[in-house]
Amino acid sequence: MMLEVKGLTKRFGGLLAVSAVDLEVAKGEIVSLIGPNGAGKTTLFASISGFLKPDEGAVNLDGRSIINLKSHKICQQGMVRTFQITQPFATLNTLENIMVGAYSNTSNKNIAQLNAERVADILGMTSLLYQTADGLTVAARKRLELARALATNPKLLLLDEVMAGLNPTEIDEIVEVIKGIRDNGVTIFLIEHVMKAVVNLSDRTYVLNDGKLIAQGTPKSVASDPVVIEAYLGHGAAKMMTNGGKS
Amino acid sequence: MTFSLNTILLILLGLLTAILAPLGISSKFQLDVLTLIFFTAYIGQSWNILGGYAGQFSFGGVMFFGTGAYTSSILLTSFGVPPIIGIFAAIFMGAFLGLIVGYLSFRSGLRGSYFALITLAFAELLRVLANSVEFTGGGVGLFLTYAPGLHNLQFNSPTGFYYFSLVLLVISLVIAMWLERSRFGAQLVAIRENEDAAEALGIDTLKCKIYAIMIMGGMGGAAGTFYAQKYLYIDPPISYSIALSVEMLLVTIVGGMGTVFGPLVGSFFLHIVNEFARHFIDTPGVSLIVYGFILILIISFLPNGLVGLFHRARKKKDDNDA
Repeated sequence: MMLEVKGLTKRFGGLLAVSAVDLEVAKGEIVSLIGPNGAGKTTLFASISGFLKPDEGAVNLDGRSIINLKSHKICQQGMVRTFQITQPFATLNTLENIMVGAYSNTSNKNIAQLNAERVADILGMTSLLYQTADGLTVAARKRLELARALATNPKLLLLDEVMAGLNPTEIDEIVEVIKGIRDNGVTIFLIEHVMKAVVNLSDRTYVLNDGKLIAQGTPKSVASDPVVIEAYLGHGAAKMMTNGGKS
Repeated sequence: MTFSLNTILLILLGLLTAILAPLGISSKFQLDVLTLIFFTAYIGQSWNILGGYAGQFSFGGVMFFGTGAYTSSILLTSFGVPPIIGIFAAIFMGAFLGLIVGYLSFRSGLRGSYFALITLAFAELLRVLANSVEFTGGGVGLFLTYAPGLHNLQFNSPTGFYYFSLVLLVISLVIAMWLERSRFGAQLVAIRENEDAAEALGIDTLKCKIYAIMIMGGMGGAAGTFYAQKYLYIDPPISYSIALSVEMLLVTIVGGMGTVFGPLVGSFFLHIVNEFARHFIDTPGVSLIVYGFILILIISFLPNGLVGLFHRARKKKDDNDA
């Protein structure tokens, strides 16, 4: 297993944000995590990647426990996350941004630059190399998040809504990019709201609601699961849908 | 930033001018002003490494200076250790103080104005301590004897101190140039721009920030020895003066934070403005008003400092050429 999460629980005071979540991501898979707003998806990601300290549970990366490790250590172990709200190094240009990621494997500037250029090429950002990050479009910033993470040469990528705010063409492009990354041997675990992308991309899907996993399976089976429909659309919605709109 | 051939030639030309300058300058006063400019540029650069590159603004940078000054001076007066060795002890103590202050404040996650205030508090604490304990000479201060010679880092002419300050300045510029080209420098800049993202990309932000403040501390320590050997007297208000803490950040902000030459440019500019204002305006106090007014103008209109202005001009020219 590339990623094993067992009984992960995270509380904020009295609020149970993530409750005893078990999940697994196998090597080479693309697994997605969906759920309504406020379900706890980002909190789950942050708890897995060391940004938040979980209250209970275990997280194993490639067989080794990474619980309680700081996030930079987790990155060095081969798991890297992106941020839902893009966090570029604003005054640096695209190349310098990606090089920061590439520096995690080398202290040599020329090697870091070559790696950064290679990653930029994979993500189709070669023409933007010398543009400062704060001048990039939303779509380009999302790619930059992905590029920086990829430049650290991870085993497992956690992508937090890399498609939010993109138009359909841009989504199609980034779906292809992510498939390409997987084909190069990187396992991918992603949070996504764009259902088309979820269905197109993922081998399996987990559904989180109110901090608990309520369903899992192939994207298609999950999408027609009554429990999931009710979580998104409210109580009785599944019945309404099967009855063709009549309650 | 990579250095083009033109930039390298310009740097070499500047260095050559600086080396030959004492031959052409006969006035002791002018040479002293240049020494002071280089010294301020040097200590500004120490602030720049933590403040400009790593984005951690300190308001008590003087603590390293004062600690270095006391270290080499006490070693000299109480133990007879020559300052040429004492300066390395001063560097060590400065870096060690940096380690302590950095560990305490960065580990507890202090950022921004909180970090600035805690450094101010440390500097004040040390000032009060130096005032009240015996081995620093307390409020009376420490008097050093005048005995020119390289081992004492004392010189019988301003030229000697001029070259001493030039050596310090060149070392500080080399450190900054190394930062611009190294992984460590890139990591500091990443921390400045976005600490969470830096951490996510595998950067040990705590360690990097502590290294940065240790470099600052070591540089400040050497500056303390320089000052003590030049002026032969230190006391707590001089060694831990808030004015110097402000000056080191001022020259850097005016010149351009996070740039190699920012502190030097800022130091030149501010000292020259200061000297001119003093020279041409007879009414006491007005020169300070002029100085303050120019500062306000620069900080409001040139957020990237004077070096930023230069870059903007060059970029415009490049755009026009293209």
